[in-house]
Amino acid sequence: MSFFEDIKVGHRREIGSFIFTAEGIKAFARRFDPQRFHLDEEEGRKSLFGGLAASGWHVGSVCMKLLVTDGQRRAREAAARGEQVVPAGPSPGFRELRWVRPVLAGDTISFHSEIVSMRTSDSRPQWGILQVRNTGTNQRGELVFSILATAFVPRRERP
Amino acid sequence: MMLTFEDFPPGRFGTFGPRHVTREEILAFAAEFDPQPMHLDEEAARKSMLGGLSGSGWHLCSLMMRMMCDGFITRTASLGAPGVDEVRWLAPLRPGDDLWLEIDVMEARPSRSRPETGIVTFKSTIRNAGGEVLCEATAPIMVRRAGA
Repeated sequence: MSFFEDIKVGHRREIGSFIFTAEGIKAFARRFDPQRFHLDEEEGRKSLFGGLAASGWHVGSVCMKLLVTDGQRRAREAAARGEQVVPAGPSPGFRELRWVRPVLAGDTISFHSEIVSMRTSDSRPQWGILQVRNTGTNQRGELVFSILATAFVPRRERP
Repeated sequence: MMLTFEDFPPGRFGTFGPRHVTREEILAFAAEFDPQPMHLDEEAARKSMLGGLSGSGWHLCSLMMRMMCDGFITRTASLGAPGVDEVRWLAPLRPGDDLWLEIDVMEARPSRSRPETGIVTFKSTIRNAGGEVLCEATAPIMVRRAGA
């Protein structure tokens, strides 16, 4: 994970892509979101989604997975260059999560992350707080997912 | 009988739970979706801001969805949800927690674009057995109207 001081507003990066298979969609739905249109192709076709659709929480969790694994890959690269690497902090939450279009079985979703704003924490001076817009687009280039996430990142200078 | 839009007047809808969360579940979710050391490794978690092993916030939200499904969504004429206005993770999910879910209807209004549908905005609050609030979420869900 980068330090607060190394991050810039407007910076955008690709964090990876993920194929939502019918089996994966149903397995997540059985555990966490057993609604008919997430469990059965025919029910999905009859629904507003028009096909077997991934739970929105599945899409959000996959975005988190790619954010974390991309961050860990970059941390390994930084460590290989001899740079100091620090763990990311927790998140206090998010806003404006939009499931813009359904994610259907067979879709490949590519995720991007862009720094929207950054400030230092008043109550925790060793931490900065980022707002990040994470988005997902399908194989046709259509936006399917958007979220404004907040996260703590460590500061290099400790006042 | 499926619940329809008319069954969700503003106010407290219900309280659901408890849902026991095991250490194994927390580790399994984190390994698959949120492999940060604070969710996977006791020693790293102790040194983190959260001060001990904690579940992923996405795990907590997914558990909230499951509790909503078991509580009422699977017997509601739900058409899905366009998104989530806000989620606040206020305290960490810990191994062994027993979760309680409070559901309040904040607003219920007919859809302008789909007359057979209403939009119900729910506030969901998850507490642990000690009454501490772990998570608050505000989200609209589309629900079919009676007779539609």
